[in-house]
Amino acid sequence: MIKRPFFSLGKPKLKYPVNDTEEQDVIRVTPIPGRVTFFLEDPYERNEGLLIKPGDKIKTGQKLKLTEDDKDYVISSVTGTIAGISQYKGYLGKTYAAISIDTADEEQWDDKFKEGCQKPTLENSLEFLGCLPGDTGFIPILDTHSPLNTIIINGVDKDILVSTNRLIVQTETDNLKTGIEYLREITGAGEIMITVPPELASQAGETGADVKVIEPIYPNTLPEIIMKSILGKTPPADKTWEEAGVGLINAEAVVAFSNAFTKGQIPVSKLLTVINKDHTTVHVRARVGTHVKEILATLDIETHHGDQLVLGGPMTGHALYSEDLPILSDTDAIMANDKDNVVFPSDCHCINCGECVRACPARIPVNMLIRVLENDLYEEAAREYDLLSCIECGLCSYVCTARIPIFHYIMLGKYEFARIETAEESNA
Amino acid sequence: MPDQKLFIGSHAPYWHNGSSISAKSYHTMLAALPAVVLGIWQYGAPALGVLALSVSCAMIWELIMNIAMKRPASIGDGNAAVIGLLFAMLLPATTPWWAVVAGTFVAVVIGKQIFGGIGCNPLNPALVAIAILMLSWKSMLDFNSALVNYEFSFNMVYPLAAIKGFGASAVSDYSTAGLLMGQQPGGIGTTFGLGLIIGGLYLMLRGHIRWEISLSFLASVFVTALLFNLSDPDKYANPVFHLLTGYTLIGAFFLATEDSSSPVNFVPMLLYGALAGILTVLIRNIGAFVDGVVFAILMMNVANPLLDKIRPKAMGKGIKHA
Ligand code: SF4
Ligand code: SF4
Repeated sequence: MIKRPFFSLGKPKLKYPVNDTEEQDVIRVTPIPGRVTFFLEDPYERNEGLLIKPGDKIKTGQKLKLTEDDKDYVISSVTGTIAGISQYKGYLGKTYAAISIDTADEEQWDDKFKEGCQKPTLENSLEFLGCLPGDTGFIPILDTHSPLNTIIINGVDKDILVSTNRLIVQTETDNLKTGIEYLREITGAGEIMITVPPELASQAGETGADVKVIEPIYPNTLPEIIMKSILGKTPPADKTWEEAGVGLINAEAVVAFSNAFTKGQIPVSKLLTVINKDHTTVHVRARVGTHVKEILATLDIETHHGDQLVLGGPMTGHALYSEDLPILSDTDAIMANDKDNVVFPSDCHCINCGECVRACPARIPVNMLIRVLENDLYEEAAREYDLLSCIECGLCSYVCTARIPIFHYIMLGKYEFARIETAEESNA
Repeated sequence: MPDQKLFIGSHAPYWHNGSSISAKSYHTMLAALPAVVLGIWQYGAPALGVLALSVSCAMIWELIMNIAMKRPASIGDGNAAVIGLLFAMLLPATTPWWAVVAGTFVAVVIGKQIFGGIGCNPLNPALVAIAILMLSWKSMLDFNSALVNYEFSFNMVYPLAAIKGFGASAVSDYSTAGLLMGQQPGGIGTTFGLGLIIGGLYLMLRGHIRWEISLSFLASVFVTALLFNLSDPDKYANPVFHLLTGYTLIGAFFLATEDSSSPVNFVPMLLYGALAGILTVLIRNIGAFVDGVVFAILMMNVANPLLDKIRPKAMGKGIKHA
C-alpha cells in the first residue's frame, strides 16, 4: 500500500511501481478448468423461452445468446455442456444470466466464424467480436453513425500495479500493428493514437499509430485525464465519448481483433495481472470465465476466510465475496488483499480537512458533496456539487482523513440519481 | 454451500494512505510542544496546571456529550485534547481553575458538540471559548495584571498593550530576537515565536494544516502593519513586531487553520487568510481590543461558508451509467 509521503503539500502522486524483474515477461497459463461461468447481461431477468438450456453441448468460440432478438452475446471460451443458468446481480444492481459450462475433455472449435469471416469487415466484427478479451469499447467504436475522428488505444493500464496492456504492447507489437491496420480499414477513423508509458515509446512507434507518452502516475492513466491531456478536451456531460467523436479501446482488444482474423478463431483467453498480497505482480493467461480460485491455484496464491479478493486494481476494482466467481472478458487484474490490510471505512463524518479537494482530478468540492450524499440529497448533489463530473478515480476515499467511503457514496449517488432521472422521464 | 470461505466485500479503493484523525491530532499536539514546553519552563507549575486541567476537562466534556447524545465515544480521535491544549496555550498561567473548566465547557460543548461534533463546528471552538472569557472577565486576559507576580529579566509589559497605550516608542526595547525566544509576557503557549514557527512549518510540510491559510494570514498581517507603520511610524509599530507578538503566530498556524471553520479551496483559503490578517491589524491599531487575532479569525469563520463558494469549475463530463 502506498502511504502518505512524509512531506505532503499538494496532490497525492501514486507512481506505478516499476517492475524490472525477469518474472515480468513470463506469462503463466492456467489450464482449462473443469467449469467456467459467463455473465451475460440480462436486464429482464428472464427464466423462460431461452435459446440455451442446461444440457446443451457448446463448442469453443460458439456464440451464446439468450433469445434470438437479443443484441448481447458471449463467446464460449471452452467446449462442454451447459450445467446451469442462474441469475446474478452485479455491481450497481446490474442483472446478469450466469451461464456455467462443464468442460469436456476434448476441445472442438465452432467454425461459424472461420467460414463466414475471411476478412475483417464492420458487419462480421459486430456479429462475432462483441466480447473480445480486453474489450471495453469495441462495439461502441464500430457502432457509430459517423466515423470517429480519433481512436485512442490504451497501452497503459488504468489502475495502479496493473500492467496487462503494457505487457501487450511490449510483447505483441506486430499483432498490434496488424490490428491497427484493420481498425483503420473498417472504421475509417481519422486518427489512431496509442498511449504508452515512456519506456515503450519507441516500440509503440512501430505499430504505425501516433504515440502519446503518458507518465504512469495515477490518476493520469484514467480515460478522462488521458483524453484531456492528449486531445485537450473533455466530452460535455450529456454526451458519450463516441458522440464526441472519440473511441477508446484497450491494446489487448486490438491484438485480439487482429488474431481473430489472422488465426481464424475468436480469441477466448485473457491476459491478467495478478497482484499478490505483498504487491508483487505476475501475469497469467486464462480462458475467459475461469473461476478466480483456479487462477490463484495456478500461481500458488493462498487466500483465507476474511481476506479480500478484488477484480481489478486497488483503486477501482470490485470486491468479490467468493473465489468461485469468474473473470470476465474485461477483467484486467485480480488482487488479493490480506485480511490485515483490509481498509475498513468509518462512520465518522467529514472533518473538512480538504485532502479530498486537493486530490480530486475533476475539481469537485468533495467535502460538500459528501455532506449532501450522506443525507441522500442526490439531485442537489448532481446539480450543485458536480456529482456527475466525478471520473471515478477513488482518490478522495484514498486520502480521506476521516476514512469515509466517499467513492462508495458517490457511486451510490450516481446510481440513485440515474434512477430518479429515469423515473422522471417516464412520468413526463 | 460446502465452501465457507468468504471474502470481505467493500467498495474501491482498497488502499488508504494511512492518514487518520487521531494521527492528525497527535501531530498537531506534537507541533505545539516546543511552545508549550517553553511556557511551562517560564511560568512553572501554574502553567502546567492550567494546561493539564484544560486538556483533561476538554476530554471529559467531550465524553459527557458523547454519552448524553448517545454517540460513540470520540475522545480517542484526540480532537478534544487538541482543543483543550490550544485553549490553555492562549491563557495566562495564572488563570483560575474555574475559568478553565468553564472555558473548556464553552469550547467543547457550545463550540463543537451542539453543532454535531467534529467537522460540524462553524467556529473555532478554542476561539469561541477565549472570546467568551475576554468579554465576560475582561481582566483575566489582561496579561499585565495577570502576570504581575512574575519577575523575569525581560520587559514584563504586554507588548500589544504597551503599543496601544503609548505608541511605538514604548516598545522599542523588545528586540526581534527576544520576541522569537519568548521574552515577552503573554499566553502560556503564545510567546515562543521560534517554537511556534517550527511547529507551524512542521504542520505545513506534513500537510496537516493548509499552508495557504497560514502564509496568507502572515503575509497580510505584515503588509497591513507595514502600511500603518509607514503612515505614522511614531504611533504604529513595525510589521515584524506585529508578527511576533500577541496571538499572531499561534493564530496563523494553529487557530485560523482549524479544519471545520476554514475554507478548502485555493482562492478562498488565500482570501480567508488575507482578510483575517487585515482585520487583525485593524483591530489592534484602531479597534477596541488590544489583540485582534481572536475576533478577526472568528469573523472570518463566519464568512467561510460564503467564501468557500468560490471554486473552480468541475470537469465537464459525467460518465454514463446504465
Ligand atoms: S472519485 Fe470522483 S470525486 Fe473522488 S477524487 Fe476521483 S474524481 Fe474526484
Ligand atoms: S478528506 Fe474526508 S474528512 Fe477531509 S474534507 Fe474530504 S471528506 Fe472531509
